[in-house]
Amino acid sequence: MSEISVLPQPMHDLEVEESRAGLLRWAASVDHKQIALMYMMASIVFFVFGGVEALLMRLQLAIPNNAFLSPETYDQLFTLHGTTMIFLVTVPVLLGFGTYIVPLMIGARDMAFPRLNALGFWLFLFGGFLLYFSILAGNAPDMGWFSYAPLSEKSYSSLGGVDYWALGILAIGIGTVSTAINLIATVATLRVPGMTLRRLPLFAWMSAVNSFLIIFAMPAINAAAAMLFIDRNLHARFFTPDAGGSPVLWQHFFWNFGHPEVYIMILPAFGIISEVIPVFSRKAIFGYGFVAASTVAIGLLSFGVWAHHMFAVGLGHPMDIFFAAGSALIAIPTGIKIFNWIVTMWGGTIHFTTAMLFAVAFLIEFTIGGLSGVIFAVVPIDWQLTDTYFLVAHIHYVLFGGTMFGILSGVYYWFPKFTGKMLSEKLGKWNFWLTVIGFNATFFIQHVLGAEGMPRRVWTYPDLPHWYWMNMLSTVGAFVLGFAFLVLFWNIWRSRKMGEYAGDNPWSAWTLEWATSSPPPIYNFAEVPPVHGRRPIWDLENPEHTDAKQGGRS
Amino acid sequence: MKSSSVFSPHSSFAWSIYHLNVFVLIAMGVILLLVSGLVLYASWRFRAIGGEGTPKPNFGNLRLELMYTILPAMLLAAIMVFTVRTMQSSDPPQGAHPDDVEVVGHQWWWEFRYPQAGFVTANEVHIPVDTPMLFGLGAADVIHDFWVPELGRKEDMIPGTHGRIWLAADRANTYSGACAEFCGVEHAWMRIRVIAQSKQEYASWLHQQQQTPALPASGEAAAGLNLFQQLSCANCHTIRGTGTSGTIGPDLTHLASRETLAAGRLNNTPDQLYLWLQQPDIYKPGSHMPNLHLTDMQLHSIVAYLETLR
Repeated sequence: MSEISVLPQPMHDLEVEESRAGLLRWAASVDHKQIALMYMMASIVFFVFGGVEALLMRLQLAIPNNAFLSPETYDQLFTLHGTTMIFLVTVPVLLGFGTYIVPLMIGARDMAFPRLNALGFWLFLFGGFLLYFSILAGNAPDMGWFSYAPLSEKSYSSLGGVDYWALGILAIGIGTVSTAINLIATVATLRVPGMTLRRLPLFAWMSAVNSFLIIFAMPAINAAAAMLFIDRNLHARFFTPDAGGSPVLWQHFFWNFGHPEVYIMILPAFGIISEVIPVFSRKAIFGYGFVAASTVAIGLLSFGVWAHHMFAVGLGHPMDIFFAAGSALIAIPTGIKIFNWIVTMWGGTIHFTTAMLFAVAFLIEFTIGGLSGVIFAVVPIDWQLTDTYFLVAHIHYVLFGGTMFGILSGVYYWFPKFTGKMLSEKLGKWNFWLTVIGFNATFFIQHVLGAEGMPRRVWTYPDLPHWYWMNMLSTVGAFVLGFAFLVLFWNIWRSRKMGEYAGDNPWSAWTLEWATSSPPPIYNFAEVPPVHGRRPIWDLENPEHTDAKQGGRS
Repeated sequence: MKSSSVFSPHSSFAWSIYHLNVFVLIAMGVILLLVSGLVLYASWRFRAIGGEGTPKPNFGNLRLELMYTILPAMLLAAIMVFTVRTMQSSDPPQGAHPDDVEVVGHQWWWEFRYPQAGFVTANEVHIPVDTPMLFGLGAADVIHDFWVPELGRKEDMIPGTHGRIWLAADRANTYSGACAEFCGVEHAWMRIRVIAQSKQEYASWLHQQQQTPALPASGEAAAGLNLFQQLSCANCHTIRGTGTSGTIGPDLTHLASRETLAAGRLNNTPDQLYLWLQQPDIYKPGSHMPNLHLTDMQLHSIVAYLETLR
């Protein structure tokens, strides 16, 4: 390959890209960038559904003994909220980032299997429609996103909501697995010459490890959903105790998927943070090897921790201790990452763009969620706090304070690449501060509510001392958070039309996606820059101070 | 109604969890302060103010990275040692000890059986102070979870299995708890009351619960008894001595001796009992207690009868 000394210029006019964007162009597309954008747009729609569901729940819980919603409606809302946010928002939006960015980062023309990529997306969307069709069919699922048997069995949930849920999960699961296979094949086979695994950008590393988690975790929930469907419709007895089945078996299947799923939702966010923090600190990542290896460690350990969701089941002390130790162990590679990111910032020149603000806030918010996770690994404390609002606070600090802050950082970081326009930084700052205030106001107090004895998944609660104002605070916070997202959506809408032109590399970043135009042409690269290290654009722009010459391993 | 905090332990079991909880919370708090302090300090100290050159890259430092691998590992190992010890003290082995109370979770109420004394009650369980009581846990329908934070650990009640946990109370008082596993529509109204009494009071309560209440011979209460037997009440409820044996709903033999109705939804006063019988679907929507559309006269008679069940 010939060495080139100037960055590639945009190969086509942005307006041309616009004119090609007819509906059929999208629906029939096998281009990884279009599919990725469809993943993200569908996730935004589902996020609005899930967010409105959350706000309705918070309205119901604002005051004690409230009758704003019926218990049936409330149960449907929290079931849909959990299922939506996990299966239809977090995972697909991260797969969207993966399918957009990973091929560009490794200098590829597209994903390894472009048609499989389209299949994965459309199956996910079909699963989402199945889940929401249950509302039109007259009965949304109301047994919780965890669908514990025997409550989810026909005897206790006789209407069709659970069936729609199970079928939706199956469709989503198959789609997600096919996209994961695709990402692995892409990273394994389509890296540009020179990009060894040791030079692979960390976001691509984490997307690949994440894809292995998906391949090994999703089949457990898919098998379980199929068994549940058979139980309900063909009168099998997998999960009912009366004929030798076991409700606990469902929990093993579910959490054997469910805990790796947590890492499926956080690893790509770790990847985003690992890209954003170095770029805006103007320093290469500190301890690339530890960051990548700790990801693999998390991936392996994540399959040995599932029963920490089941300490209250009464599996016996030896079993509990095994899974407690596994859960404590997984905190170590997670902690390594946090410290590596902090040391990356140390001595840097930190530019507080909105992307960086979200990344820095991620470090603190996610640490809160990680530390309360350690608390749940301590079996006797889990015996007290599991299934209370303390746990609701914990998962939201992990999945919102962690994953969602990472996603928002990624949105502000890569939006210029997706669209060729910059998001407004002024609106971005509003978005950021409203998110931080709203998020912490909503969820921090829930730690206290849980410790004060409030169980989760209750549609209302008695007027116990202090519960009222704590719940009211949480509700007010939720609406501030909702407003923060209106600012984000307005920013996206406005900037897409009227934002400043971004140019190829507005952040002076170093990975290959910034070495092509914004948005990239359909073929991605006319010519891919040579890769001699982890930061190809840096090496290209600073031939006297390449990473290899500065002492970084290449 | 009073709150029930994990930070106000009232048994040796709850105390040992409390100590561990405080220790772990402090440790986690220190780490949080350290991490957020470093993040905020770095954000301020190394913020771009213009004019800086390109910062010097630092690709790694094995010694530093090993340090923040090993130090957290040591802390976690210490926490795990305390964890195992606290598991022993907060959830000691049950051995061959027979169950003192058998709890059966129902959608959406609690059945409490006293196997030695031989009676059944509901939603409110009495225990003697300073006496560890072994609670057997089962479920009649879906999974429930028995949790009284001030007295000890929670444990799931899984249909087809029999769990066992120790609870105790160090002071005569009423302790509240709740179902902690989502069990369907009225999961929210599955509150528990544990009434810890001095040994004498407990003994007299036991004695009173063992009695079969006298049948009212005349008056409104007698009319109420008649209605109870003739309407569909008896399909689901049992009142000893009346020939009723329903097991779908709570045993009502000594209903009037309880403090609350419908698993904590209402106070057990004649007025609220009237309202509950009149419109159970308003007070606990989704509950299996049907609205029988009773007339005012019928309601007054049944309330009069139930009030005799001391």
